[in-house]
Amino acid sequence: MDVWDNLALGLETALTPTNLLFALIGVALGTAVGVLPGIGPTATMAMLLPITFGFEAVTSLIMLAGIYYGAQYGGSTTAILINLPGESSAAVTAIDGHEMAKNGRAGPALATAALGSFFAGTVGTIVLALGAVPISRLALEFGPAEYFSLVVLGLIASITLASGSTVKALAMIVLGLLLGTVGQDIATGTPRFTFGQRELFGGLNFVSLAVGMFGVAEILRNLEGTMTRSVVVEKVKNLWLTKTDFRRITGPVLRGTGLGSALGILPGAGHVLASFVSYSVEKRVSKRPEEFGKGAIEGVAAPESANNAAAQTSFIPLLTLGLPANSIMALLIGAFIIQGITPGPNVITDEPALVWGLIVSMWIGNFFLVLLNLPLIGLWVKMLTIPYGVLFPAIIAFASIGTYSISLNAYHVYAIAFFGILGYVLIKLGCEPAPLLLGFVLGPLLERYLRRALTISQGDATVFLTRPLSLALLLLAAAAFVIAVLPAVRRKREVVFEEE
Amino acid sequence: MNTHRARKDLLAGAIFVGFGLAFALTSSTYEIGSALDMGPGYFPLVLGGVLVLLGIVIAVKGAAGESEDLGPVPWKAVALLVGGLLFFGFTVRGLGLVPTLLVTVFLSAMAGRRARVIPALVIAASLTALSVLIFVVALQLRLPYFGPWLQG
Repeated sequence: MDVWDNLALGLETALTPTNLLFALIGVALGTAVGVLPGIGPTATMAMLLPITFGFEAVTSLIMLAGIYYGAQYGGSTTAILINLPGESSAAVTAIDGHEMAKNGRAGPALATAALGSFFAGTVGTIVLALGAVPISRLALEFGPAEYFSLVVLGLIASITLASGSTVKALAMIVLGLLLGTVGQDIATGTPRFTFGQRELFGGLNFVSLAVGMFGVAEILRNLEGTMTRSVVVEKVKNLWLTKTDFRRITGPVLRGTGLGSALGILPGAGHVLASFVSYSVEKRVSKRPEEFGKGAIEGVAAPESANNAAAQTSFIPLLTLGLPANSIMALLIGAFIIQGITPGPNVITDEPALVWGLIVSMWIGNFFLVLLNLPLIGLWVKMLTIPYGVLFPAIIAFASIGTYSISLNAYHVYAIAFFGILGYVLIKLGCEPAPLLLGFVLGPLLERYLRRALTISQGDATVFLTRPLSLALLLLAAAAFVIAVLPAVRRKREVVFEEE
Repeated sequence: MNTHRARKDLLAGAIFVGFGLAFALTSSTYEIGSALDMGPGYFPLVLGGVLVLLGIVIAVKGAAGESEDLGPVPWKAVALLVGGLLFFGFTVRGLGLVPTLLVTVFLSAMAGRRARVIPALVIAASLTALSVLIFVVALQLRLPYFGPWLQG
């Protein structure tokens, strides 16, 4: 099958009325949580995951993916209008976007963000479509040793992007791996760390973990202090770009798209990095660097294109290797598993309609987003007036029902409280929860591949170094680790994250 | 609200050491096996050990540092949210969805910083109605409105 056949199959799947509807629901929900501070796409997707149980696999993934990239759009809207990036990747957009809004050019800033994102999303989708097959073909050569090394690479890569201490991020990964071992051992059926409770034999549920660490912990953070939201938004007039604007954004959009597509593929890196890098690149190549920070339209066009392109291409490791690049992708892995599909290189050959339907739906979703965001901008701004005092009890209500409904198991609800507190304490102590979630999702895979590889090699641990592909992956992991701890890189990273 | 001071890294390290020890000690009671034929205890035992080491590294770095401001802790919110979630888990089967949800949402709504009883009751009632509409009516989850405890 060549690319066109694949895309045709994808179109056929994505254009069914149900899938169109859920793509729309997904991106609308995504925009909403992107706009609303205090609730992010990770918690939202975790809460909705149990509901998607009854959906068809492709419909469920289309909606969940829509929440993810829809949140990028919503996040930039609030970044521009009220200097409040709803999403970390929109932090850079806020710099020049909000300045433009203050100068009365909110309309062109929003239009730039939307058009840049749409263009980048389209290119990202094409890159995804072209890259998916060759990469998954390569992955079919993988044995357990290669998979083990690949998972190691994914885990190590996730710390290069964690802000703060590398050792802490490493410890969070290991803690996540350990939490992933709770429940019956796959090989022998021995229950581990269950305190003799039958309800824990199936393991901790990662919906509980994600909702607790990203939902409840975040609520507690928000209830700490003064969440002041000044919502004085002037009416957005005139969305049109002038000819000069168009000329000025062409280069940044193209460069941002290229950078974003490339950086999005890296495990662990992703859209936040892409938006920061593309901003600094534009500042360097610009003939008017002094305008940056004072409302340069390039400063909106580049990062917005970059983060959206990266959001699309970050699906490549997920769809081809079954390897999540970030915590959102880890949730999508969970969605695959709920649907009874084991993520990995086989998915693309076994479930072509699912993969290509999802890819095409993302392009359609991006189109919906332009429609939803430009003409309906006033509606989203109004959402900011929803008081937090109503929002967070709703999160608790939906989280409890959703998690309980997975298997009518009260332990999953208790686990939300446990992970909420654990997450809150760890965040307060400067430990980010994302690596822990990745470790939790990848832990069982890591253990399974480790055991299999060592059984095949008769207990010879050098198997990971003597197989060339496995060695290459481990070297990459080592390189990623060195990069993460190098003082020069660390300092740069701190600068980047300071602005968040 | 009071703020708290502590050596963040020392505390974080201690937490990791604690978890590492708990996992390692528990897994040493399972069959360990060998690298060739790993028992259920092998993988968590090794990782538990690694976590203890990482925790010590973090704690040692932290012990040398100054104590930092941890910021305020919303104790009331912690208690109310956790209480709400535990109540849900404990009673949803017995009381049924509607009464359980009313209490859970009311408790969480009271966690807000300027929360008052009447608005919290209104929030509880409307969110319960909304949840029933979404989960039971629209998504057809089989959760009874009222449970056996209320049916005598």
